[in-house]
Amino acid sequence: MQSTLFHRAAAGLTSLMISGMTFASDWTERSDLDLRPGVTQVSQEVQNLHTTVLWIVTVIGLLVCGLILFSMIRHRRSKNPNPSTFHENVFFEVLWTVIPFVILIAMAVPATRVLVQLDDTAESELTVKVTGYRWKWSYEYLTYEDDNDIGVSFFSNLATPPEQYNNPVLSGGLFPYGTAKDLVGKDAPEKDHNYNLEVDNKLIIPSGQKVRFLVTSDDVIHSFWVPDFGGKKDAIPGFVNETWALVPEGKEGTYYGQCAELCGKNHAFMPIAVEVVTQDEFKTWIAEEKEKAASGPDLTPFAGIDQALEEGKQVYDSACALCHGANGEGGIGLAFAGTEFATNKEHLNEHIDVLVHGRGAMPNFKAQLTPRQIAAVITYERNAFGNDTGDLIQPADVNDHE
Amino acid sequence: MSTAAATHDDHHDHHHAPTGLKRWLFSTNHKDIGTLYLWFSFAMFLSGGFLAMVIRAELLEPGMQFVDPEFFNQMTTVHGLVMVFGAVMPATVGLANWMIPLMIGAPDMALPRMNNWSFWILPFAFAILIGSVVMSAFGAGNPSAPNFGWTFYAPLSTKYGPASTDLFILSVHMMGISSIMGAINVVVTVFNMRAPGMTLMKMPLFVWTWLITAFLLIAVIPVLAGAVTMMLTDRHFGTSFFDAAGGGDPVLFQHVFWFFGHPEVYIMILPSFGIVSAIIPAFARKPLFGYASMVYATASIALLSFVVWAHHMFTVGMPLAGTLFFMYMTMLISVPTGVKVFNWVATMWRGSMTFELPMKWAIAFVVLFTCGGLSGLMLAITPVDFQYHDTYFVVAHFHYVLVTGAIFSIFAAAYYWLPKWSGIMPNKTLGELHFWNSLISANLLFFPMHFVGLAGMPRRYADYALQFADYNFWISIGGFWFGLSQLLFLAVAVLCALKKGEKAPAKPWEGAEGLEWEVPSPAPFHTYDTPPVVK
Repeated sequence: MQSTLFHRAAAGLTSLMISGMTFASDWTERSDLDLRPGVTQVSQEVQNLHTTVLWIVTVIGLLVCGLILFSMIRHRRSKNPNPSTFHENVFFEVLWTVIPFVILIAMAVPATRVLVQLDDTAESELTVKVTGYRWKWSYEYLTYEDDNDIGVSFFSNLATPPEQYNNPVLSGGLFPYGTAKDLVGKDAPEKDHNYNLEVDNKLIIPSGQKVRFLVTSDDVIHSFWVPDFGGKKDAIPGFVNETWALVPEGKEGTYYGQCAELCGKNHAFMPIAVEVVTQDEFKTWIAEEKEKAASGPDLTPFAGIDQALEEGKQVYDSACALCHGANGEGGIGLAFAGTEFATNKEHLNEHIDVLVHGRGAMPNFKAQLTPRQIAAVITYERNAFGNDTGDLIQPADVNDHE
Repeated sequence: MSTAAATHDDHHDHHHAPTGLKRWLFSTNHKDIGTLYLWFSFAMFLSGGFLAMVIRAELLEPGMQFVDPEFFNQMTTVHGLVMVFGAVMPATVGLANWMIPLMIGAPDMALPRMNNWSFWILPFAFAILIGSVVMSAFGAGNPSAPNFGWTFYAPLSTKYGPASTDLFILSVHMMGISSIMGAINVVVTVFNMRAPGMTLMKMPLFVWTWLITAFLLIAVIPVLAGAVTMMLTDRHFGTSFFDAAGGGDPVLFQHVFWFFGHPEVYIMILPSFGIVSAIIPAFARKPLFGYASMVYATASIALLSFVVWAHHMFTVGMPLAGTLFFMYMTMLISVPTGVKVFNWVATMWRGSMTFELPMKWAIAFVVLFTCGGLSGLMLAITPVDFQYHDTYFVVAHFHYVLVTGAIFSIFAAAYYWLPKWSGIMPNKTLGELHFWNSLISANLLFFPMHFVGLAGMPRRYADYALQFADYNFWISIGGFWFGLSQLLFLAVAVLCALKKGEKAPAKPWEGAEGLEWEVPSPAPFHTYDTPPVVK
């Protein structure tokens, strides 16, 4: 950040203020008192602008409070028993209209410059489509350098296990969905360092290259925000917004963010984790992913029901338990434990259909889970929670389902 | 006509205030209706505060300890709605009802029966809204109360809204009808019922700010009604105003909502400007500095408030030109607001100040409202707003202007005019305790929100990452402290209502100016049957 007097003054004052106080390099280390400078050039300019404006308003605020305090001390009745009677002064009225106006212009000029810069998404080398879902993100790699047909995409879910955040001290009406009732009074496991921020699949991007994010949503409005990249963009169903980031070389690492627009029950539980790697690493990774995506879904049958149950439990806990209850007791979604739907063979085909196509508030999971995962989770739902139907669904059954 | 009026007057001369329940249910008296509004708003303030206590209890430590995240969202939603529509707005309407006729020398509000109706709609509107929370907490199956935030963005509130959204829509319509009727009443009263000699530019500033507020209400409440009606048809009648799948636009909802929502924030704060402009001169024993410029500044704020709405939506992906326009306009609105603050300081300057309770609250208002206004200026700077947007920094900002701004000024007004309303001086010890506890706890509650917001904690989060834990702990402690402190005011108000305490003279504050101090304390049931003559 260069140029104006304000910036120089602000930079000087800031370095005074923070001398002897260092900013944590990792967002999760501690809560800073101030806006983080972030890692991109834009985020640093935004932080400079913030510092400038913060100093201006602090000075104005101190001036006003100082005048009030001075007046309260000097113009008390005990000090000044005879009040003046002046009640108008055109000169001062004009003065305190014009001076703030000039200060505003001084702030508007750099603000406009940074805004124009932020708006420029042109000439990006990687384009990633970011889609918000209730309550997870999906990342689809669209183009990279000259490659316009990558075809790599995946979902990214919260990886913090529910036992870490469900520590109810009360049961009953205030836990309306009952998902946590059986945890009342149990000792909560210690929280991970990256509690509520860690995900299963990180968004991977290269350093030193401009990455354009196309942000949209599948259901309600979400907002894609990685503080260290400087700013957020709303994910709006039916519309595509653009934003970008360029993480300089040498700043590889993991950067965390969170959804910033209220999107329903688990708004606080859909973090963003971005892993920035070198360009070489990125190229190797994307080539591997491309190959995997090209080979089609894995339709190898399960060796036995135990294998399906084991894989199914993992899927159930991360994808289903939030709505259907950790023990299949239901919640926002319907119950499985001992229900007609999950135990009667007549509903088996319907069960597959609901997962593949969705129904009402139940989203379709075809895009989010592989046929193998869907088969495993249906097998789990029909055999766990005391259901014991013995139904074993194979990946091919799901893949062939129209 | 004149005969009818004379008969009517006779009727009042011979019968004193009706008693019992009927007095309140059928009241057409501006003072009684004002009292009803004030008690109602205080009840809502405590209810909305209770919901905030649930929020702060959950956020005391990371993890979900007390409520389900779904119930948490219902708490934030209904807390916001109750505080905006149930506490702040009815409180200022109550003050208007009590004070405007007294200040302009009118016998009553111009439309007394409508006045009665506009109040009595409110308890039913809030019974519907709060009923949905009661059902959610205790009802079989815990049907969700409104859970989409007080801003009820589509499609979260339309396609994905719970069944109780329809109760919410009905409730908002009823609150809107009440507000519009209240506003019309103020406009008609001010234009038609001023005492001889009370020209517009002689009116107390409280009357001016309320007149301008009333115009804002009439202009934007129908827009809110339109927004909820479009929601209703989207939900039940197959329209797609806010659904992209049907050719609509979710962002349209935000434009419509904030076209109402931004003037709404000035609806909540302009009457406060009027209150403080009455109190500071009274205790500085010096006339208000720049009366005319205060009137013009209020009018400019009101006009500008119509062209800044999209600063609530900088992250929705507006074109650059639109973003710049709204950034410049938003920055501009700080000029007339600054003029007001400087005028208050100039009023205090070289005055002869004493610091009775109303003055304490008024000075706290000026300082803390300025703090909230300056963080508002920071939020106007769009590129930085991309970082601040939807974080606790925003929560800190609007609680500074609404709690330590609007609500502090309402307390100032209550302490200032309680002697006139009840004939009893508010209890000094309890009042001092209330003020100091509120002042310290409110800052402990709201100031660290700036830090936790800058550190990156998004708002409306039921749970948070560990780096935010220390601040949230102190914020919650401040919250419980602030909440409990408000019970002290309940004690002050009940003592006044029970007529326990020192009797108040007609003019209890030495430097106070205005017609309201020329009638006895408590103000008789009927005042100014014969209009006073203003020199």
